[in-house]
Amino acid sequence: MEQQAIIEVKGLQKSFGSFEAVKNVTFTVNKGDVFGFLGPNGAGKSTTMRCMLSLIKPNAGDIRIFGKNLFEERNAILAKVGSIVEKPDFYKYLSALKNLEIFARISGADVSQKAIYETLDFVGLLGREKDKVGGFSHGMRQRLGIAQTLLHQPELIILDEPTTGLDPQGIIEVRDLILRLKNEQNKTVILSSHQLAEIELVANRMVIINKGQTIIEGSVAELMNAQETLLHIELAQNSQGAATLIHEILPEVKIQVSSPKTLELNVEKQHIALLNSKLVQAGFEVVALEPKRKLEDFFIQMTQA
Amino acid sequence: MLWKNTYNEFIKILAKPRSYIGLAALTLLILIILFAMKADGRMYISFVTASFEQTLSFNGNILNGNLIAFIVLQMLIVHIPLLVALVTGDLLSGEAAMGTLRMLLTKPISRSQVVYSKLIAAAAYTFILVLWMGFLALVVGRWVFGDGDLIVLNSDGLVILNYTDILWRYGLAFMVAYLALMTIATLSIAFSAFADNSIGPIVSTMAVIILFTIIGSLDVSVFDHVKPWLFTTHMASWRSFFSDPVPWSAIWESVWILLAHNILFVAVAVFKFKRKDITS
Repeated sequence: MEQQAIIEVKGLQKSFGSFEAVKNVTFTVNKGDVFGFLGPNGAGKSTTMRCMLSLIKPNAGDIRIFGKNLFEERNAILAKVGSIVEKPDFYKYLSALKNLEIFARISGADVSQKAIYETLDFVGLLGREKDKVGGFSHGMRQRLGIAQTLLHQPELIILDEPTTGLDPQGIIEVRDLILRLKNEQNKTVILSSHQLAEIELVANRMVIINKGQTIIEGSVAELMNAQETLLHIELAQNSQGAATLIHEILPEVKIQVSSPKTLELNVEKQHIALLNSKLVQAGFEVVALEPKRKLEDFFIQMTQA
Repeated sequence: MLWKNTYNEFIKILAKPRSYIGLAALTLLILIILFAMKADGRMYISFVTASFEQTLSFNGNILNGNLIAFIVLQMLIVHIPLLVALVTGDLLSGEAAMGTLRMLLTKPISRSQVVYSKLIAAAAYTFILVLWMGFLALVVGRWVFGDGDLIVLNSDGLVILNYTDILWRYGLAFMVAYLALMTIATLSIAFSAFADNSIGPIVSTMAVIILFTIIGSLDVSVFDHVKPWLFTTHMASWRSFFSDPVPWSAIWESVWILLAHNILFVAVAVFKFKRKDITS
């Protein structure tokens, strides 16, 4: 079945004076995706996200959201988008409730008072709605930011670093929330984060940008599987002997014996089962065989290439 | 969406402590002037009328509410621009500094509507400021000092206006003073569209007022062609309503020039704000 593109960014360019913040960013987000938006600091993530919300006008390139040109049909598009860019900032001298009422009023939808209270409950701020935002912790502001994002039931949610400043419990809650938005409401979510493990846990597709350019885009699973895996092997004893055997099977692989019982090597995923059976057949007691390649490694590999 | 956001702007202005600084300062200043006039007003008046006492005899309540209102207007019209700019100069740039502009502009409201809604809120705030000044100066002034004929000293000499012929003059004078203050409001909003901090537009607005006022008061021919077009030249045109006869053509000229400045400043604000990259 052909995927319906919700966001199409093509050849995006943006300069500030002589500084080229975004040189050539291209990616597509499909309906129902939880899309990871990755890149090191200064890669152009925030500029791209701001362009997608019409906060910044690009010098060149095309942004189409829901099949419409962003800069021609901005208001119609933004009525169906909820977003947090960088960090949620609110009117500190107003209460959480008043802040949400202000943003609800201009959200393009009729948001009832009941819906506002339900959203406050959803993000765990019910009971604090009359408190001024100036007295809120960073985590509470982050929750309130997510609440204002969801107020008008948007089809597309753009979240820039939504777990920044949250405690571990808060991070898990946001992760669950994103998965619920995808699974229960079929929302499309774009998520940028420095918590790469978070992206790995929730995103089904991703793009990595670096120095203002798209490096790679695709399914998280496919991209991860296409890479070599750092394999950590733990044995009952004689890791040096196991290393000699592995070298005979896969002579091109570099093996690091890290202790008398452990060794690590980079292998393609399809070789892991073969190594396991060969080691067992040769009489080695394999205690653990753990693929350790994570998104962090992939991210570093991509951005340093 | 314009009116919904205008409603939002009223909520923000009402909740901001700085909005009350202007009203509090105005109240305090007027009460100080009223107190000073009550305590030592006769001496102040005799200083003004002394030069005419050989040719004129002054009878009745000279130090009355109408004169007090005129003195208050004269004294405060110089300071109120600062109180106006304190709130209006912060409307766009204050949101940029707080980061809320970023949140606001990701909503389905056009940037020109954002500027217009802030302009309407600024106009309402300035109106309340002028209304409050009028109430304190004229209503409280009359209540404390009573009614009476108004004696005004202007460049043509001494003008004595009958007490029955004054209220309409004050009404129109306050309207023109309001237009002059709206020029300050729109100027500070225009500066606000360029800045990402609160203080810059307020200081810039006051700097322009001081610069234009100095140019207007310099008695050198090189500025003669410029002076009539400076909005500061027309800031005090409300005084013309207290001349006899009223110089209507000069007042209309001031009104048109002030209106033109208002339109120009709003156009600059909208033009800049629509093209501004929100990086704050």
